[in-house]
Amino acid sequence: MSGPSRPLNPSGLERYYVLTGGRSGPGGSASSLDVATLIISRAAAVPGMQHEHEEILRRCRDPLSVAELGAHLGLPFNILAVLLTDLLAAGRIEARDPIPASGAGRGPDLALLEEVLSGLERL
Amino acid sequence: MDLKGFDHPDRHAADGTLPAGARSVKVMIAGGFGTGKTTMVRSVSDIKPLTTEETLTQASAGVDNLIGVADKQETTVSLDFGKIGINEQLVLYLFGTPGQERFWFLWNGLFKGALGAVVLVDTRRLASSFRAIEEMERQNVPFVIALNVFPDSKDHPVEEIRDALDISPHTPIVACDARDRESSRDVLIALIRHLKERSAVALETR
Repeated sequence: MSGPSRPLNPSGLERYYVLTGGRSGPGGSASSLDVATLIISRAAAVPGMQHEHEEILRRCRDPLSVAELGAHLGLPFNILAVLLTDLLAAGRIEARDPIPASGAGRGPDLALLEEVLSGLERL
Repeated sequence: MDLKGFDHPDRHAADGTLPAGARSVKVMIAGGFGTGKTTMVRSVSDIKPLTTEETLTQASAGVDNLIGVADKQETTVSLDFGKIGINEQLVLYLFGTPGQERFWFLWNGLFKGALGAVVLVDTRRLASSFRAIEEMERQNVPFVIALNVFPDSKDHPVEEIRDALDISPHTPIVACDARDRESSRDVLIALIRHLKERSAVALETR
């Protein structure tokens, strides 16, 4: 297989298995996590915490996107989503979804588009 | 993967650390293989583009045969992304879709919540972006067409290209050089203006 796909080495898969306790994909609230969702720590790391959890809390003291977090930690999205779900459930992080162009029931968000436009024009 | 500049949290400030109340928006960069998606993300991003990965696991075994991937094989697809600081509180994330179309099913959720998309087209190989355009229409993602002008591209009239791509007259078609920051920024501006016009129409007809 060529291009962006490549087989994962077994040690990588084992690592993911251990990290997630064998849960391969997100369920429940994690399914709403987006690559552009911003993660913000809401608690400090505590002793005995799983290393990756600790690392997430440390890196998200300032808001950081799920995509950036995945890139920095070297974790694929679905594995990271499991870890983030754990932290969300424990109330240790906050997840802020990207703002859509139009919200349910409130129609298109012209003010948001105007804000993005003026930001781009200043580049 | 390039982690330069991200190993030390203290260096984040210089790299555009977000304030506590920050929010995000996202825009997708789609198009056929080799049309310049990664180039555009790279030219317009404030940060050196990063790569995030998604693992194709057994959960997708049902579609394996459909896409020609051996049963239960573990594969990873990459997604290049960058970001642009819009203002102190708002950051725009740009995601380039994977070039290999057989992996697009993985990104069904990716377009959800996006403001819209840029579909890059190489006028020397129009057909390579047909699938991307179909996907935008199928998923109801508003988009603009950006003709990435390569040095040996012929100068086609826009309306000729609109006909060839079967694009609605309401969808803007702009020419660009994906290697150029200002040119890529102008494509994003064309997209946001298009979204504003669509929104204005939608508000009027409510």
